[in-house]
Amino acid sequence: MPPSSDSNPAALSVRDLTVAYQEEPVLWDIDLTVPSGVLMGIVGPNGAGKTTLLQAILDIVPPAAGQVRIFGAPYEEQRHRVGYVPQRGSVDWDFPTNALDVVLMGLYGRLGWIRRPGTDEREEAYAALEKVGMADYADRQISQLSGGQQQRVFLARALVQEADLYFMDEPLQGVDATTERAIFDILRTLQKRDCTVVAVHHDLQTVPEYFDHVMLLNVRRIASGPVEEAFTEENLRRTYGGRVGFLKQQDMGTTAPDGSEETEPS
Amino acid sequence: MSAAQIEIQMVAAVVAVACALPGAFLVLRGMAMMSDAISHAILPGIVAGVLLTGSLHSPFLILAAALTGLLTTVLVETINNTGQVKEDAAIGIVFPVLFSLGVVMIAKFAGDMHLDTDAVLLGELAFAPFNRFTVFGYDLGPQALWIMGSVLAVNAFFLLLFYKELKLATFDPSLASSLGFRPRPLHYALMGLVSLTAVSAFDAVGSILVVALMVGPPATGYLLTDRLDVLIGLSAGIGIGNAVLGYWGAHLLDASIAGAMATTTGIAFGAAVMCAPKRGLVAQWRRRRRQRWTFAEQMLSIHLRQHENTPEANRECRIEHLQEHLNWEPDFAQRVVSYASKKGTIRRENGHLSLTEDGRAVAQDAATRT
Amino acid sequence: MIDLFSQLLTDYTLRTVALGAATLGIVGGGLGSYAVLRGQSLLGDAISHAALPGVALAFLITGSKAPLPLMLGAAFTGVLATLIIIGVTNTTRVPYDSALALMLSVFFGVGLVLLTYLQQHAGAAQAGLDSFLFGQAAALVEQDVVTMAVLGGVALLVMLLFWKEFKILAFDPAFGRSLGFPIRALDVALTTLLVIAIVIGLQTVGVVLMSAIIVAPAAAARQWTDQLGAMVALAAVFGAVSGISGAFVSGTTANLPTGPTIVLCMGSIVVVSLVIAPNRGLFWMWWNQRRTSQRLRRERVLCYLYTLARKHEHPKYAHEAATLDALVSGSTRTTYVLRQLAEAGFVSRTEKGKWHLTDMGIEEAHRLAKSRNLISDFPPTEDERSTD
Repeated sequence: MPPSSDSNPAALSVRDLTVAYQEEPVLWDIDLTVPSGVLMGIVGPNGAGKTTLLQAILDIVPPAAGQVRIFGAPYEEQRHRVGYVPQRGSVDWDFPTNALDVVLMGLYGRLGWIRRPGTDEREEAYAALEKVGMADYADRQISQLSGGQQQRVFLARALVQEADLYFMDEPLQGVDATTERAIFDILRTLQKRDCTVVAVHHDLQTVPEYFDHVMLLNVRRIASGPVEEAFTEENLRRTYGGRVGFLKQQDMGTTAPDGSEETEPS
Repeated sequence: MSAAQIEIQMVAAVVAVACALPGAFLVLRGMAMMSDAISHAILPGIVAGVLLTGSLHSPFLILAAALTGLLTTVLVETINNTGQVKEDAAIGIVFPVLFSLGVVMIAKFAGDMHLDTDAVLLGELAFAPFNRFTVFGYDLGPQALWIMGSVLAVNAFFLLLFYKELKLATFDPSLASSLGFRPRPLHYALMGLVSLTAVSAFDAVGSILVVALMVGPPATGYLLTDRLDVLIGLSAGIGIGNAVLGYWGAHLLDASIAGAMATTTGIAFGAAVMCAPKRGLVAQWRRRRRQRWTFAEQMLSIHLRQHENTPEANRECRIEHLQEHLNWEPDFAQRVVSYASKKGTIRRENGHLSLTEDGRAVAQDAATRT
Repeated sequence: MIDLFSQLLTDYTLRTVALGAATLGIVGGGLGSYAVLRGQSLLGDAISHAALPGVALAFLITGSKAPLPLMLGAAFTGVLATLIIIGVTNTTRVPYDSALALMLSVFFGVGLVLLTYLQQHAGAAQAGLDSFLFGQAAALVEQDVVTMAVLGGVALLVMLLFWKEFKILAFDPAFGRSLGFPIRALDVALTTLLVIAIVIGLQTVGVVLMSAIIVAPAAAARQWTDQLGAMVALAAVFGAVSGISGAFVSGTTANLPTGPTIVLCMGSIVVVSLVIAPNRGLFWMWWNQRRTSQRLRRERVLCYLYTLARKHEHPKYAHEAATLDALVSGSTRTTYVLRQLAEAGFVSRTEKGKWHLTDMGIEEAHRLAKSRNLISDFPPTEDERSTD
């Protein structure tokens, strides 16, 4: 039955979602259900439509067909329960503003039109910066932050939204190992508070370690579900083509099929 | 047609081709606005040339102005390279400042010369036949024709010589430099040609029309072809057409020739945007309309195939469900189903839809294509 | 100075021009900041050129040369050109900058046709329309300035009212949309405000120079601050200062047109800001770079001393400066660096002219080596090896 009739609907349910730029479909007939309270990673090769999927769910790009339900209701009605972390590269980091101000932007939706953030909001934003370990940098111009620090600021901006469902586009892109850990600790904390996180991820190696659900995407949904069920050699091969023949199902942490990283088999 | 009319059109056609050659590369390299910047910024160079030589028609004047054009390029890059100001902002500051300098120089020092801002901006093609080029008393035609003909020759010669290098440097600058082609000198050479062309054309057609002729025909041609050599040829042809049509438009309305030529450039571009065979809006619209049905058929077959033999097949594979989940209007869903059953890709039994072998092939094909 | 000031109060023309220029500077600088930050610096140029047919059309329709109808006409075609530029960029393969240059020249050409057509058919009635476009500040009258101030004031007010919305539009539109703001509508609104800022300035500085009014104060202001609010305010101040001083200088000097003078004032502010603004200025950056490289050189010498000392199993083993010279890229300035280090108390000099680490120096060198993961050894780099 459609999840909307459940008493406890899925955090996200996508039905038959298709998105086309010009005439070429970039997402084809996607069905996806994300249960409440999971950390889900979306993986797939370049051009698989990962970012487009998030943007179609968030109504940033118009879908050609399909339906999206957030906690059983259309996105329009559930906007306040959704947080979004765009790709770091999508904004101009030389914009004249500081870290605290960027975090404050997360509260603009709640403030509505014209009202400006006040002291309460500033405190809230500061607290979010504290949570991501960036309180010392609140007044820092954003171009003077490292890639990892910028990513944390983006994360803090999402945290102040106090959403139940977060969409993150490559939150670990270009961050150092320590920040990667720190960010995932924050995601875990979110999960403990019953938040659901859907994140586009590029490093197959760390999928089993970081996520409990995974979606393999290459224009179509190849597979989705708990990592141990969906993250199989067979599914990965179907997602990435023949290049992943050497991935061992039992020992998932050994190879990165996107070809960028290489590690010795343990 | 009087001799003067023919001469005016000849000058205009030569200017159009001379502009189109470097213009094609400006458009492809994303530097179209440099034509605007350079054609304005050469003003102080022109004024300096006039002050030094005392003549509006000295070759030295062209040299001085062309150097000012290069100076514009260098200044824009220098400011951009500080990393503090973006390139478009740098352009937006440099050319008005240089233009201001030129205007101030005219007002202060060259008030009595026949040189004013309007002339630089607007040009006056109608006067072109009055300045004759005479050698030993023989009249060899309008001076502008000779000047622009020479510029055209220089541009064409440069393009013939460095066609391959320019093509590579435009398409893939890093590959070009790794192969040792040095895109930077090439870039400056191209900008030098733009300056040379702009400064030579200014008193015939004015700086605004220079922009129209440099950017318009290549942008129009870009909608019509995928090949660089064809694009350059088309640009030249479209440029000539715009110029001649513009001339007669101006004649008809008794209006500014340069303005009318810019207007025809706009009309030609608009026509290409609408009607270009593959990339035009009409073609896009028709293709989308045609593909709407095949696309819908594919979606339907993929949908059916995905739920074939699954427990929820009974629910998913019904026409009512398509309305709900594919966002199809009831009417549209009906028509897609009829279209697909007529083509024999699906079967309909008591409202339950299933794929035929053909339908499975369609689904398979669509799936592998994506 | 007092002379100038009294002149401003008494001379009607000068006062009118100065007020008009100041208004234009404030509005152009403030709204221009957004244009610059959104990568629309050259859109201003296109809009100002596209205003020409609007002015001609407004005159054709109303037959009036009052500033308001002309400005509205200019704004109409300015917005139209912007929409076409966006439409062409979105639906065809023609790139943004080509669409910009093309529409700029085409609209201007249409304007020229209209203007010359009017000249032939409306006789002398249209006289003065071109001064509206090529800028004739001296021709400004009180009514013009009042219209400018009212339109510009409204534009600034709207900008302040929707400050937060425009900020998120400029910084992160995709995120703004995920929050539920109608980004496209905001985009159109902000661009319309920019169009207003442009059309009120045309009469003073003209079509060609308008681009500088939009871009220059904003680019200069960006150098001095890292905050959007301060940037907008500062750009408005720079705009006003340039406007007033441009009006003054040209008003009191023979044969100096106002518009270009204003633009040259702005250009000077940009140059000064690019060079001396703290943090972002070129001088400042050069100074910082120098300091950093000096610090790195000191640290390297310190580390070499430390390595040498470890090899001798006596941390305060003294070395000739020349030994270090050979190690540090063959530099002959080691003595200078050593003196700096001595001043900081990290090394000291023996009577024989040799250098050794102090206790503080050992501690510092140890800390450095540790932070750079160099604790075991300091292998010489390629170029150092080749100079050995």
